[in-house]
Amino acid sequence: MHLDPPATMPQRHTHSAGPLRADGSRRALRVGLGGPVGSGKTASVAALCRTLRDRWSIAVVTNDIYTREDAEYLLREAVLPPERITAVETGACPHTAIRDDISANLEAVEHLEETLHPLDLVLIESGGDNLTATFSKGLVDVQIFVIDVSSGDDIPRKGGPGITTADLLVVNKTDLAPHVGADLAAMAVDAERQRGDLPVVFTSLTSDDGIREVADWVTAHLSEWRVKAAV
Amino acid sequence: MSRAALLLLADGRFPAGGHAHSGGVEAAVAHGAVHDTESLEAFCLGRLHTTGLTMAGLAAAAAAGHDPLLLDDAADARTPVPALRAVARRLGRQMMRAARATFPSEDLELLAAERPRGAHQPLVLGLAARAAGLTALDAAYATAYENVSGPATAAVRLLSLDPLDASGLLARLSPDMDAVATAAARAADRVTTEGVDALPSASSPLLDIIGEQHAAWTVRLFAS
Ligand SMILES: Nc1nc2c(ncn2[C@@H]2O[C@H](COP(=O)(O)OP(=O)(O)O)[C@@H](O)[C@H]2O)c(=O)[nH]1
Ligand SMILES: [Mg+2]
Repeated sequence: MHLDPPATMPQRHTHSAGPLRADGSRRALRVGLGGPVGSGKTASVAALCRTLRDRWSIAVVTNDIYTREDAEYLLREAVLPPERITAVETGACPHTAIRDDISANLEAVEHLEETLHPLDLVLIESGGDNLTATFSKGLVDVQIFVIDVSSGDDIPRKGGPGITTADLLVVNKTDLAPHVGADLAAMAVDAERQRGDLPVVFTSLTSDDGIREVADWVTAHLSEWRVKAAV
Repeated sequence: MSRAALLLLADGRFPAGGHAHSGGVEAAVAHGAVHDTESLEAFCLGRLHTTGLTMAGLAAAAAAGHDPLLLDDAADARTPVPALRAVARRLGRQMMRAARATFPSEDLELLAAERPRGAHQPLVLGLAARAAGLTALDAAYATAYENVSGPATAAVRLLSLDPLDASGLLARLSPDMDAVATAAARAADRVTTEGVDALPSASSPLLDIIGEQHAAWTVRLFAS
């Protein structure tokens, strides 16, 4: 016997689920940040929070390998009040938690939405992983892949799902390019070859307002999301 | 009934959150109690015949159609430490999400509405098995298997054990899983006449203690 799930089912287990919560209110836009260890995901999350928190209601879910490290960094930096930051354990398998079995992350997001309603934006930072790790569409609406210039300027050329398919590619730590001999122009060409029309942003988070272009990109998605939810 | 549905439910890749739980192995590794294949086998054997049997009984009873709310109370009574109760309900919530999407049924909807914060995981698994047309014995098997395969997988990650040794270990435990699943299903049979007290209530105090300790760690790889 097949029973159709009732229309009020609060769970969002497919990406086709609309932008509305069970009670008809708009749910938050969910943005994933993935990429290798040390590329600047946590620094990006912190900078995004500082830039956007006055305008939007934001929460963060971190998936660090050593669970609480990222969350603790964000708390120490006081980018958001503690009740807006949740850490998820990944069982030593960070890509599983954002792609193959997203239950713990979905729970964390839903819990934040319930307790902090109304929430505009949830940032989900993946545990540092390899170049093949991407977020499930069941978990995030859009995803950002963060790499950095110091891990080798051939990374965009190597490709992989994160680099080729992420909605935004961030190449971070451009301030280090002269010191590590990274060729930014070549990285830009390789990235475009891999990504076609998908956007690429070069950042240095050590400079003032270095996150601006990423913040603008997130804001544009948020505005679009709100329009969609309003109709 | 579909035997293939049982494989789906028992598959470690079934997306119900289990991959982030070690079943106590992370704490046991830290204490040095589990350090190689042999000690892992002893751990799994102990877990299977205590917690495993108890959980399999609850899963079987739910699959047989007994009142899940009564069983949920029975599960609380059989789970003395708060940390492991919380884990059981959290995993139950995650199993509920996966089960509702995979094997939609009225029973699951009712339990989800009654226990929005989650029922004990074995009951939800039992109801999912029921929705899939599986038997009480099938549900007991899935639970018994998960009780040892989860810790074994976690130990492979934590100790860099040879995965082939771990699968050999699981194969050696097969007769024990058979025995536990059968005993659990027989107990579930008796619930109609004897009530939930007929269900196994074996426990493992050491697992309870290290489970509670593990929950207080600030840095850990697994959620339990
Ligand atoms: N020079 C430089 N260092 C950066 C930049 N962004 C992040 N970092 C540093 O790189 C290290 C790793 O950053 P983190 O955000 O923790 O990386 P994650 O592992 O991807 O989360 C930290 O020490 C940051 O301070 C940048 O743009 N330039
Ligand atoms: Mg980080």
